[in-house]
Amino acid sequence: MTEMTAELPPGRRVRLSLDRDGIIKRIFMGVIALYLVAALALPLYAMLSKSFVTYGFDLARYEFQVSDETGTVWSEPVTAEALNAELGSVPADDLRSSSDGRLTATTFFPDFSFRSPVKYRMRGTTDDAPWLVGLDLKNTTDWQEYDSNTFRRINLRPVKSVGAQNYVEYFSNPTLFSSIQNSLYIAVVSTVLTVVFAFGFAYAINRSCMPFKGAFRMIAMMPILVPSLLPGIALIYLFGNQGMMKSLLMGQSIYGPLGIVIGSVFFTFPHALIIISTALSIADQRQYEAAESLRASKWRTFWTVTIPGARYGLISAAFVTFTLVITDFGLPKVIGGQYNVLAIDIYKQVIGQQNFEMGAVVSVILLIPAVVAFLVDRQVQKKQVSLLSARSVPYQPRPDRRLEALCLAWCGTMAVFIVGIIAICQYAALIRFWPYDLSLSLKNYAFDRMDGGGWAAYWNSIKLALMTAGIGTVVIFTGAYMVEKIDGFKTGRGLFQFLAMLPMAVPGMVLGLAYIFFFNNPANPLHFIYGTMIILVISTVTHFYTVGHLTALTALKQIDAEFEPVASSLRQPFYKLFARVTVPVCLPAILDISIYLFVNAMTTVSAVVFIYSTHTALASIAVLNMDDAGDIAPAAAMGMMIFYTNAGARILHALASRRILNRTQAWRLR
Amino acid sequence: MVAMTRRGALQASAGDHVAEGSAQPYLEIADLWKSFGDFVALREVTLDIAKGEFVCFLGPSGCGKTTLLRAIAGLDPQTRGTIRQGGSDISSLPPSQRDFGIVFQSYALFPNLTVRRNIAFGLENTGRSKREIDARVTELLDLVGLPEQASKYPAQLSGGQQQRVALARAIAIDPGLLLLDEPLSALDAKVRVHLRHQIKELQRKLGVTTIMVTHDQEEALSMADRIVVINRGRIEQVGTPTEIYREPASLFVADFIGETNKVASTYQGGSVTLGDVVLATSETRIADGAAVTVAVRPEDILPHRAEDAGNGAANMLPVTITDMEFLGSYWRTHLRSDALGETPLVANFSMNAVRRLELEPGTAMAVELPAERVLVFARGA
Ligand SMILES: Nc1ncnc2c1ncn2[C@@H]1O[C@H](COP(=O)(O)OP(=O)(O)O)[C@@H](O)[C@H]1O
Ligand SMILES: [Mg+2]
Repeated sequence: MTEMTAELPPGRRVRLSLDRDGIIKRIFMGVIALYLVAALALPLYAMLSKSFVTYGFDLARYEFQVSDETGTVWSEPVTAEALNAELGSVPADDLRSSSDGRLTATTFFPDFSFRSPVKYRMRGTTDDAPWLVGLDLKNTTDWQEYDSNTFRRINLRPVKSVGAQNYVEYFSNPTLFSSIQNSLYIAVVSTVLTVVFAFGFAYAINRSCMPFKGAFRMIAMMPILVPSLLPGIALIYLFGNQGMMKSLLMGQSIYGPLGIVIGSVFFTFPHALIIISTALSIADQRQYEAAESLRASKWRTFWTVTIPGARYGLISAAFVTFTLVITDFGLPKVIGGQYNVLAIDIYKQVIGQQNFEMGAVVSVILLIPAVVAFLVDRQVQKKQVSLLSARSVPYQPRPDRRLEALCLAWCGTMAVFIVGIIAICQYAALIRFWPYDLSLSLKNYAFDRMDGGGWAAYWNSIKLALMTAGIGTVVIFTGAYMVEKIDGFKTGRGLFQFLAMLPMAVPGMVLGLAYIFFFNNPANPLHFIYGTMIILVISTVTHFYTVGHLTALTALKQIDAEFEPVASSLRQPFYKLFARVTVPVCLPAILDISIYLFVNAMTTVSAVVFIYSTHTALASIAVLNMDDAGDIAPAAAMGMMIFYTNAGARILHALASRRILNRTQAWRLR
Repeated sequence: MVAMTRRGALQASAGDHVAEGSAQPYLEIADLWKSFGDFVALREVTLDIAKGEFVCFLGPSGCGKTTLLRAIAGLDPQTRGTIRQGGSDISSLPPSQRDFGIVFQSYALFPNLTVRRNIAFGLENTGRSKREIDARVTELLDLVGLPEQASKYPAQLSGGQQQRVALARAIAIDPGLLLLDEPLSALDAKVRVHLRHQIKELQRKLGVTTIMVTHDQEEALSMADRIVVINRGRIEQVGTPTEIYREPASLFVADFIGETNKVASTYQGGSVTLGDVVLATSETRIADGAAVTVAVRPEDILPHRAEDAGNGAANMLPVTITDMEFLGSYWRTHLRSDALGETPLVANFSMNAVRRLELEPGTAMAVELPAERVLVFARGA
């Protein structure tokens, strides 16, 4: 035997030539990657760079000369900067501007009169010194001569500069800065409450013999079916200025942190519950038996076995809740009153003040907690998976009267809260005129008589939801398949996986604002989709991409990894395998992805609020706008329309899933 | 090459007669290396396989058998080296352009397709008519002995039946090379023995060149025309089952296949010394004075009366029986010898010999270690 050779001999790595399958797969993945780049990476980049752009008047760039009354003798050239230093006509703060700012040249000439025979000359001192004569843009270092009547129509234009100026301004503005504190405060308080409530609920469902578990589980999922601002409307009816139970607050105002926190607990509850419930459902019976044999008290067992076992679920739920609350815009808009939070600031800067650059700055700041939360959550999820793989005996709860009574009380309270909020909205939607005329009518459903988009908005929402579910499911599932089942091409797949995970960390409003920057740029060849339904579909699919992607990956990972090798050894193309085997086997997951997209497309506000147009108004936006206009009852009515639609979609989905499972049961059963 | 005779016999039975010696190997693997990052999983693997041969890759778990098989299939290409099949270089061809059928340990049957559609999967889009496909599937089902199961789903079949469906699917397209990765390891022992025979029969009938990966030496010894023993990514030995067993090329092979007594010693002029006993060997390739391990298989140890030792009798060792186990066809006997000190010796004695020599625990006797059966391996090699 020869000497042990530890190293590879020199030479080139053997690479397989690509067959047609390989080429088609790469093209497919390329197309979907391109989609993610265009719909996510580039817009975010556009936004990020926008946040570093400032516009301002640079007075040193302009030089003037003034003639005497005869128009022949000229003064020495003097820069606008020097003039301003002498006169102080424009304070330094006013030199900052937006991209459309204008500054009249006459500001620097207090003696100016448009009837005077005095003439003016001006020129730029650098190549980039734009000014307007009426509507004509000038930009030259040659002297230009104007009579006084023309000179009064001259405006300096701001020039663009790149730097952290916007950030400096943001952090030196105490009102804006306080929003960070407010957002964190709201998010932390809501997270603690939601996690505690959800944990109790999940514990009752997984660890007790409490009756009515199915009904409780269904009620707990109801908030997913409505926009996040709906609880705000209900709270206004309950505790608002003319609220039914205003006295309960003892002088506190519901408009502000109190309302936001209560509403946040409502809409984040199901999300936290799902995560914690999963964590609690994987308990190991043997650990409890061990604790019992050691005669540990129930209380002690709870703290030494139950809580540590569920810790990853708790952490994960906390981060998800935190992100949902801090990035939510609908609720603070409806019930926040004067209480400013980051998401509201973005809205105000963009819609109110048209200050897109500052909107971008706030967006970047909002991205930070969302990205941190996302990263922590990913780490935790990985640990959770390894916990799951241990071979364990599922926990069987034993009857315990006292525990059941406690659980029933806990879940009952939560159920009353959730059903109550929705019932109040329903009641509000049906009442003629609160609080003066309590007779029932359907007049609030006559959306066409209100601003906000009318019934057309509702039908637009349905269209958006169907398109999002249809297109999104195809894109997401195909993309996940390429990531999971392509061989080789490791860097490409890694990059794709990263892009697919990214949307989870990007708040909807941030994405929407990024879309303005990216798609509303006339130089962008995709500019034509701006203001259409397509951009709404793209934005919604992208915003909710990650959860669908993860669902698809989970399903695909459960499929035997050797199917592709077998198919290629049989010289059959991968798409035949995909259509005949992969898709049918994954059908339950595919249906789950589509219903998830549908429901979220119906309820989302934040992903679309910046990019809808008058003819693509949506139901969720209509709720927002009608509420804004003071039409709270119709807003509640529209919110309930969304609820019915989603509830109907869920029922259809359940029926379809059951049918498909029945039809394919033959091969699932042993 | 001893393998030639067996291969010749096989080819005759497969009705595929190729003149001995002049035939070009069907599969030629030359200086193959495979690395996963820094880890080298296969080292300088060179191997020829003749047409119609049944070859087993045998070795402990993790030694690189599957890696080699996947490289041959093009599923996970080698890092260096070439593979030729049927005379042409396939080193860089993707799997779909190679000519093989494969059965995985998991069988990878499509769960939502019936047995019939599973087997027909590779026959579709090949220009065959539906009738032809149906006829072929029926023929294959008969061949693997499952004519009644055509319309069932995989989950409704037993493990052994699933295994045969996977086999039928793999051979449906008449591949030039059949690759089997631990096809029997997921089955229980009884089914496994039965299927060994079936697979071997089928292979003989079809005459298809077959490579089977296994870590089960019994499986390899009973099925293979030739065995390729792999250890830590390197081929230790290639040979017929008898060669591998009778003439292991390394201590690893001797140890991994069958059972062996091992004693440390020194080699000197064709002999090794155990205590005060000098054993002649047929080994000639080792340098004088080298530290060696002496290996003797239990069944190669011959029993003698105590008196037969001494008188300068060659390769005789005086021993005492410490323990005996009856294993049906022979007695497994534990021996102790002054020459070996603490190292016990295990020998298999026939019932006949035990009766004739009146052997029982405590008996002093002599054993003969025939020179041609004493295996000597240089240590540290
Ligand atoms: N994709 C891979 N990446 C890294 N190491 C691998 C990979 N596949 C196999 N190995 C390693 O290569 C060695 C040989 O594996 P394998 O060929 O599967 O062994 P076996 O002989 O049991 O079939 C093992 O140590 C295994 O850990
Ligand atoms: Mg293996």
